[in-house]
Amino acid sequence: MSIDALRRRRTARVVDAAVWGVPAITVAALAWLLADVVWHGAGQIDLAFLTTAPRSAGRAGGIAPMLVSTAIVVAIAVAVALPLAVGTAVLLVEVLPPSASAGRWIRRSLDILAGMPSIVFGLFGNLVFCTMLGMGFSLLSGGLTLACMVLPILMRAAEESLRGVPDGCRRGALALGMPRHRAITAVILPCGMPGIIDGLTLGVGRAMAETAALVFTSGYVDRMPSALTDSGRTLAVHVFDLSMNVTGGDRWAYATALVLIGLLLVTAGLLSLASRFLQRKGAHKP
Amino acid sequence: MTNLHAVAELHRPPVDEPGPAVPLIRARGVSVSYGARRVLGDVSLDIARGSVTALIGPSGCGKTSFLGCLNRMVDLIPRCRVTGELRLAGADLLDPTLDVVALRRRVGLIFQRPNPFPFSIRHNLDLPLREAGVRRKEPRAAAIERCLRAVGLWDEVHDRLDHAAGALSGGQQQRLCIARALLLDPEVLLMDEPCSALDPISGATVEALIGSLKERCTIVIVTHNLAQARRVADRCALFWLRDGIGTIVEQGTVGQIFHAPKSEITAAYVRGAVA
Repeated sequence: MSIDALRRRRTARVVDAAVWGVPAITVAALAWLLADVVWHGAGQIDLAFLTTAPRSAGRAGGIAPMLVSTAIVVAIAVAVALPLAVGTAVLLVEVLPPSASAGRWIRRSLDILAGMPSIVFGLFGNLVFCTMLGMGFSLLSGGLTLACMVLPILMRAAEESLRGVPDGCRRGALALGMPRHRAITAVILPCGMPGIIDGLTLGVGRAMAETAALVFTSGYVDRMPSALTDSGRTLAVHVFDLSMNVTGGDRWAYATALVLIGLLLVTAGLLSLASRFLQRKGAHKP
Repeated sequence: MTNLHAVAELHRPPVDEPGPAVPLIRARGVSVSYGARRVLGDVSLDIARGSVTALIGPSGCGKTSFLGCLNRMVDLIPRCRVTGELRLAGADLLDPTLDVVALRRRVGLIFQRPNPFPFSIRHNLDLPLREAGVRRKEPRAAAIERCLRAVGLWDEVHDRLDHAAGALSGGQQQRLCIARALLLDPEVLLMDEPCSALDPISGATVEALIGSLKERCTIVIVTHNLAQARRVADRCALFWLRDGIGTIVEQGTVGQIFHAPKSEITAAYVRGAVA
């Protein structure tokens, strides 16, 4: 075998190792993280943990109020941000001409918003929702702050998704004598729905995992909320509190983190199923 | 069915019904500009009710733009301006106050590439009917069956109406799109190279369909395929670029255009000597 051939073979091996090695490291990091959380947290989780209120600052009892608070805060964020995001995307893609400067400005502002550290959202939410609008530390303030935070993610996803709708569908709907608003609601939005749901997965993930923005807005109170104006503690804030402020709270922090990760995976799975179902329902042959 | 016709009538503006001698579509000096660029100039053409008219000619000479004027799809093109006189059964098609939604229900359009919506076959067909105000399920189902039969697709898809339309073959998709356009009982069906994105066998099926549709509506078809124009059309109009602007150089029956053309351009074009 010539030296050249040997060298080529060696190079190929190095490239192979790199190609397989990099994803292996990524997967290993995730596996390690999950294993660590499961190892330390799984022992604490049982039905009572999920259905009772915490006692002794979280060292005993469960996380039921946190589950409810998380669900409420995320639901508010999605309920507010999703229509705004889809509406803006429709405006940018379907109404404004591509060269409109208003569109450029909206997009630029949202990109800046997307890059903003979440602590800044926390301070903003605290000032605007808690203080200026008088909502105080409440699930409502927290949900609205998260809505501002996930808005750029949802908007960009919705915009990309609507842009990806084949022009044939758009023109086809209008050529069938559908008024423009019906073409949008009956054809274009359903066509773009899988992409919008994918964006929703990202947005919900970010909202569920958020702490900094919520510490200043929805607060710390670990009681079961009875109204949207009550303060409430989400799962992520509970993890933060247990690990930073509660001596001997580590195991419970891990257990809560495990529930949070599980919830994230289940939500992402369900949304991805919905997206795939919609895609299959209208699958185009490639 | 009665319901459907009633709906179609509702959208029809009250105009004098033309006699047999009056063309259904009458174009006089129609010009189209996109911004400062004029793409079509001084087009005059009569299209008789129940005929198949083929618009032939090389690419980029305004055939599709002219077709777009007939159902005002040109409105979607920014800075597009149409001048001249263009009438459908007497109604002014260039009237800025014209109800384009009602017009597009009277004048259907089939695109070059089949464009079924990414929904089920049934939903594709249900949608235009519901939009046109057919609320009850039975007349919708009856209309869907009637139109799928008209395009010869019923036997192929009747047992999988809830399957994705996108999973059909290209030819089936195009026939589905034709069925979808027929649901609203259009007076005119515009076809923009309906077979060019299809394989020859599917193309032949769609072409055969065009012949059978003649009885229900007037057809205007843009085609690059001269043999197809000769097979399906009653009349032809040859579009040509003059000084960078598209216009009609000759129009007449298929026999005249292909066997006794008056213009040298037409003679050369139908011989295949120029393109």
